[in-house]
Amino acid sequence: MKKVYRLEDLDCANCAAKMERSIAKIDGVKSVSVSFMAQRMSIEADDDNFENIMDEVVKKCKKVEPDCKIIR
Amino acid sequence: MEKRILSKKQRRELIRIIVCLAAFLAIFIADKVAKLDKVISGVGWVLPFVLYLIVYLAIGYDVLWRAVRNIAHGQVFDENFLMCIATIGAFALAIYRGVSGMQAEGFDEACAVLLFYQVGEFFQDYAAGRSRKSISALMDIRPDYANLLTGGGVETVDPSQVKVGDVIRVNPGEKVPLDGVVIKGASALDTKALTGESLPREVAEGDPVISGSVNTSTQLDIRVEKEFYDSTVSKILELVENASAQKSKAENFITKFAKYYTPTVVIVALLLAVIPGAVTGDWSTWVYRALSFLVVSCPCALVISIPLSFFAGIGAASRYGILIKGSNYLEKFNKADAFVFDKTGTLTKGNFVVAEVAPEENRDKVLRLAAVAEHDSAHPIAKSIRESFAGETEGGYTLTNVAGEGIVASKDGSVICCGNEKLMKSRGISYVPHKGVGTVVYVSENGRFEGSILIHDQIKEEAPEVMRGLAEMGCKTVMLTGDNEAVASAVAEELGVTQYKAGLLPQNKVEEVEKLLAQKQKSGALCFVGDGINDAPVLMRSDIGIAMGGVGSDAAIEAADMVLMHDDLNSLPLAKRIARKTMAVVRENIVFSIAVKLIILVLSALGIANMWAAVFGDVGVAVIAILNAMRVNGRYKEKTNGKENLPA
Repeated sequence: MKKVYRLEDLDCANCAAKMERSIAKIDGVKSVSVSFMAQRMSIEADDDNFENIMDEVVKKCKKVEPDCKIIR
Repeated sequence: MEKRILSKKQRRELIRIIVCLAAFLAIFIADKVAKLDKVISGVGWVLPFVLYLIVYLAIGYDVLWRAVRNIAHGQVFDENFLMCIATIGAFALAIYRGVSGMQAEGFDEACAVLLFYQVGEFFQDYAAGRSRKSISALMDIRPDYANLLTGGGVETVDPSQVKVGDVIRVNPGEKVPLDGVVIKGASALDTKALTGESLPREVAEGDPVISGSVNTSTQLDIRVEKEFYDSTVSKILELVENASAQKSKAENFITKFAKYYTPTVVIVALLLAVIPGAVTGDWSTWVYRALSFLVVSCPCALVISIPLSFFAGIGAASRYGILIKGSNYLEKFNKADAFVFDKTGTLTKGNFVVAEVAPEENRDKVLRLAAVAEHDSAHPIAKSIRESFAGETEGGYTLTNVAGEGIVASKDGSVICCGNEKLMKSRGISYVPHKGVGTVVYVSENGRFEGSILIHDQIKEEAPEVMRGLAEMGCKTVMLTGDNEAVASAVAEELGVTQYKAGLLPQNKVEEVEKLLAQKQKSGALCFVGDGINDAPVLMRSDIGIAMGGVGSDAAIEAADMVLMHDDLNSLPLAKRIARKTMAVVRENIVFSIAVKLIILVLSALGIANMWAAVFGDVGVAVIAILNAMRVNGRYKEKTNGKENLPA
């Protein structure tokens, strides 16, 4: 399943890149693209475990860029 | 134009920066003039230290806080953290100098690093926000509500609640929320936001309307044909919003570079402080140089300016009605060296007109007979014949369609045959073959040949010039058509395309494109340009699928990589110019930023550059790169007009 989320307060381009890298490492994430310019994250992950994966994604996001919120 | 240039948060930030900058300058000047370090005897360094520290904390408390927080999360190479190390280190060094009786200096640098770092951050934020706004101008097409006609009256609802078949009312000044057909009223629609086309489009009962256009004059009632999520406006918004998810090679390169750049610089800084420091014993010099390194270690200038350039390019293109689905396509389009066109509807207008009637003296009769026979047909050729005949057509004929040949009309023993050569042959009518290029319709009455009508498609006025323009840019142009060889070669010559393929069935187009893909050079890219009707497989197969006049054909919007909302071929050279400019700016920014940073690193390692230069290496480079990126979002059309006006 592929989904696009809006990101709030993603303030730096490098953080977006770091976020992208650390989210890509999560199990079950097939592809992820964090766009600093569009303030959006598009993510493709396993269907059956999507919500759990997203919880993990939010955790990673908090760790890398605590100011940034993923609008679910 | 915009209601507010700065957001609330940005305004607060700007005030803080200005106040701190003023305070910094006041202290700086006072220090140089009045020698603040001489005010208190014995511990002279304390006064400048305290003054600068106040400014430092005022401007940098959030950076310090983030540094602490992020390091707690294990983010060692966090830019906030590195900036804090660099500045706190510089303070410590200055205090060390003060305590050990050397001239107390360096507080200003420590404070300035963080101050300018914040200036840079602010600028990045501002630039990114501005650039986003230029795209969100396009987002203005998003309709907020629909006026649903119910049995009792009008109800204002969310566009997503309206179903196919519902009737909605659009008042003057309102946006059309969903795709549909006008069932009552006539008005002019402003499609500027969708296509960039400034002329309003007249619509009347029975005409289709696309969502996102604005009703300018009179109330319209519209029967909804597509639900909101299938409507043009949703498709376009989705496309634009997701455009930056498809990253270009340049962007990927730069994020990869950043990934290694920061740790490398930090490690080198560490070595620079420890090894020569231990060897020479001159710790303060080498620690100072190492701290300068840390200031330059932030890759932000690069990381932001590249996506910003692409974003600006995509934004600039969208203002001209060119939608690009991702940075990667913009990058590829710059390399495009082959353009394959579908003929009908793309290079030609797709509306057929009667070009010639032979024999000319029999024109009225031939057209009248043909109009009678073609009276009922929806075929574009039949339409063109009817349109060219001004008089009344006699009714009451029985019309028989002979598949692949034409139409036979009969009434009271009178028989009109209207069709191609095969029809004439099968009826045993001797006819005069027409030599012209195009589709020929032969007409006979009661077995006697009356004449022939030559019909051809009009090529778009701008097509030959665009073909020439593309050729000048070093691109091959190929025309694909289902027409016969004679028609194809004539049209190809008129257009000036470099190559053409005639007699293709729709399914052959994919094969042709595959052949061309196999021939092309690896560095180039092949674009297929079609009107989006039955083109989806070819659009997908080519390197860059371009759908023209895409508004209204949502299948094309989905299959294509670029959508030209104008039905105007001039969009192609325009898009090419935008792509070229974007890529030039991207290259400049990559080379410039990396070069300046490396030079400053080397110079500070050698002790030639001080921390002020390092601040420039960080903030100055970022600002210059961003300003350069914003150049992409300029004007493109006016420039060409200037060129065209020049004498050849």
